[in-house]
Amino acid sequence: MDIQAPTAPAKPHEAVDTVVIRFCGDSGDGMQLTGTEFTKAAALHGNDLSTLPDFPAEIRAPAGTLAGVSGFQLSFSSQVVYTPGDAPDVLVAMNPAALRTNLADLLPNGVLIVNLGAFTANNLEKAGYKSNPLEDGSLDQKYRLYKVDISKLTQTALADSGLSTKEIGRCKNFFTLGLMFWMYNRNIVPEVENIKQKFSKLPAIADANVKVFKAGYHYGETAEIFTTSYEVRPATDIPKGKYRNITGNEATALGCVAAVKLSGLRLFLGSYPITPASDILHQLSLYKNFGIVTFQAEDEIAGITAAIGAAFGGSLALTTTSGPGMALKSEAMGLALMTELPLVIIDVQRGGPSTGLPTKTEQSDLLQAYYGRNGECPIPVIAACTPADCFNMAVEAFRLAVKYMTPVILLTDGYLANGAEPWLLPNIADLPKIEVAFRTDPVGFQVYARDAETLARQWVRPGTPGLEHRIGGLEKDFTSGNVSYDPDNHEAMIKIRAAKVAGIAKDIPLQAINGEPTGDLLVLGWGGTYGALTKATDECRARGLKVSSAHLRHLNPFPANLGEILRSFKRVLIPELNDGQLIKIVRAQFLVDAQGLNKIQGKPFKVAEVVASIEAHVGVVKAAEGGRSHVQGEVRA
Amino acid sequence: MSTNGTNGTAAAPIKLTRKDFTSDQDVRWCPGCGDYAILAQVQKVMPELGVARENIVFVSGIGCSSRFPYYMNTYGFHGIHGRAPAIASGLKISRPELQVWVVTGDGDGLSIGGNHLIHALRRNVDLKILLFNNRIYGLTKGQYSPTSELGKKTKSTPYGSIDHPFNPISVALGAAASFVARTIDTETKHLQEILLRAARFKGSAFIEIYQNCNVFNDGAFEVVTDKATKSDNQVVLEHGKPLIFGKERNKGVRLTGMFQPEVVTLGENGITEKDLLVHDETAPNAGLAFLLSQLEPPAFPVALGVLRAVERPTYDQLAVDQEKKLLGSKGDGDLRKLLHSGETWEVS
Repeated sequence: MDIQAPTAPAKPHEAVDTVVIRFCGDSGDGMQLTGTEFTKAAALHGNDLSTLPDFPAEIRAPAGTLAGVSGFQLSFSSQVVYTPGDAPDVLVAMNPAALRTNLADLLPNGVLIVNLGAFTANNLEKAGYKSNPLEDGSLDQKYRLYKVDISKLTQTALADSGLSTKEIGRCKNFFTLGLMFWMYNRNIVPEVENIKQKFSKLPAIADANVKVFKAGYHYGETAEIFTTSYEVRPATDIPKGKYRNITGNEATALGCVAAVKLSGLRLFLGSYPITPASDILHQLSLYKNFGIVTFQAEDEIAGITAAIGAAFGGSLALTTTSGPGMALKSEAMGLALMTELPLVIIDVQRGGPSTGLPTKTEQSDLLQAYYGRNGECPIPVIAACTPADCFNMAVEAFRLAVKYMTPVILLTDGYLANGAEPWLLPNIADLPKIEVAFRTDPVGFQVYARDAETLARQWVRPGTPGLEHRIGGLEKDFTSGNVSYDPDNHEAMIKIRAAKVAGIAKDIPLQAINGEPTGDLLVLGWGGTYGALTKATDECRARGLKVSSAHLRHLNPFPANLGEILRSFKRVLIPELNDGQLIKIVRAQFLVDAQGLNKIQGKPFKVAEVVASIEAHVGVVKAAEGGRSHVQGEVRA
Repeated sequence: MSTNGTNGTAAAPIKLTRKDFTSDQDVRWCPGCGDYAILAQVQKVMPELGVARENIVFVSGIGCSSRFPYYMNTYGFHGIHGRAPAIASGLKISRPELQVWVVTGDGDGLSIGGNHLIHALRRNVDLKILLFNNRIYGLTKGQYSPTSELGKKTKSTPYGSIDHPFNPISVALGAAASFVARTIDTETKHLQEILLRAARFKGSAFIEIYQNCNVFNDGAFEVVTDKATKSDNQVVLEHGKPLIFGKERNKGVRLTGMFQPEVVTLGENGITEKDLLVHDETAPNAGLAFLLSQLEPPAFPVALGVLRAVERPTYDQLAVDQEKKLLGSKGDGDLRKLLHSGETWEVS
């Protein structure tokens, strides 16, 4: 069968605004690929979207077990999308273990598609089912259950393909994908091309996947069980321009490439593989024709110290890691601070402590980024708030590092790193400049003489005659940079290094507020929780609550107006995916009695969780006001 | 206040002298330390290399030896403990035109920084690595090091060390180092010769320098440095020459049928020079060099000189080649094209 253009669906189709789909199955079932391909189709269709891949740390946990379940959730919409969705409208479960671990999240009356063929006695037992949930009627009442024997339909479609049973088994995710393409009325032509390209080195597998993909599509159309398909129109309420779909790690890597062009310098990346940061290393390794050198070091410490060596040599220097890796780099971060060399450290945060939850997201490295070094060691900290924002913040990290001659920590997280969203491609001319001026004049050269405005010392490239000098981790003389053990000098150096970082506040945008500049409650967040906090705040505002949100991207130093903002609200709520870290810093710096909302489950906030917390805190404000006016009344009397 | 860096002259003079490489900083090693001798020889050979002062960088870690860069009037970087090979690798890979030296010690290079040392050597990054081996921790005031002998009594081993020591040369050879040599702080001529050979070698060059710590481990190498005993306890390797040593130049090293070394006396039992092991620093197989690295008194003489010098492509050169090749096939990277690659769509 050959399809040149999408067939007009014969069945009725219904328009919907937003759909949340979760694909889940065994880690060998190819759910990440299914999700990614469906995401591409949604993006090409012009929907706004947000994705949440969720997979186990093991490459292949034992097949069929609960530990081996891998999932991919995406929300796509004709409206602006802030999060991958609290709960799926549609759940595709490829085996009993996937059903068991994901069913609780499915909305009542949601669409539930299961691969009937995988519900064998053996798989049911591995998932801990005593009886087959598909047969006891429990699911039919609560959900719109569709039992499709995807395994068998795939086998039938490929009966004469000449592929082995194992190879055929691997194609079944494309049946699922085809079915979802039909259900959401997507154009299959680009996807057929995608598959052919993706498997171009294995033409037999490419043909099989295309065949199964189309079989899934036609199954939706012709089988009697599905009555309706749906239409999610392109989003119109988003800024005009050219878009592409992008994950946080991709955006981070592209931001680093942009920094190369904006600075005119070469970039050196020293890195050691670690989940979930490795993709940045992979991607930058492709771009050696952009003046980028990537060095897969023997360990985390070598990754950062090699980068410091390159910074001394006059390159843009970068090291990429996740929490445990940043812990190993702490001493070297102090060296970069002491030698006042520009260096960007990117920490793609994951669940901790120790090895923790490598593939799950968390915001628990903020205090490590702020304080996790010996001695007084202030380092600027910034954080990206959406996958696409990783691009902007990578550029910002290099801008600050070079301008202020300092290491800079950029925090992203597993949720941003692997999640995707449409990205409005930036105009390169509008990107910030990264100005570099190496000193070449030997007359009057003092290694630690500083710029009056930025307090940065000058960058000197080895190879410059007459400027030979030595730097290192020992305390420096205030001006000459020679080793100094002088007590007053040490204190002066501690103070000036701190002042240099604090002064960056003059060079970053004032904090923006989503909503009114005053009110009952301020929701203050940072990093990857932007979507959930903004959406929750908007929902509450729409219902008349006096709540606003502010989302920090610069964390050290904070934007200059943050204190004023905090004082303009009766109560401050700080939701974080940790046990309370930003809240400690805010309380200490601003003496504000902020309240926390903390989730430490390796998962992002659901909008509903934040809404509930906002309601509760606004309630407290209201109750206190009632009480206070009563008291005041008594006082007046 | 003195300036860290310039000793006046801006442009590189045509003919430099030892003085040009001496910085304005007071040298602060203990009086009598072997480091002084090494510093003097390094400063002495520098002008002979024909490399402009501004293109030379000395990188170090932590320890007595790691103060070295402060005393050289070149570019210098005093790093953190053990990490000098990694810092130097990043510098050399990003700036291949610089000549980069690493100064480290037995604790810095073989204990806390052992990992970086072996990986720099295996990659063959074009670094000149000087490992000052005094078989003790000096800066922390006298604990045993990874090269201290078994049974050694120190502050941290009051009942004697039970820690089997590393042989630095064996470690380097095991890490596939392409140039490996051993010399002694007090053997000034030999030291100079080895430094020059290392500097001119293309690829990572590792030199173990026996260095006396007269405060915490005085006389550690006495048997190979003392005039009375040294001739019988060191064999100076020369490429293509048989291994002959001894006060009378009548002793030699030969291999048994089982490839074990054996000390023999020339003229005894009909043994002639032809029976002796002939040194080949370019041997394709590093086995012979490894065997030589392990010779130790009292049973054997210590092998001094270049144990191995076999060039192979350097990491930094391979990186340059790879980039050139990619530039040839793909051209200079275009940011706009890159950002707009993949599937894009217009919202209008």
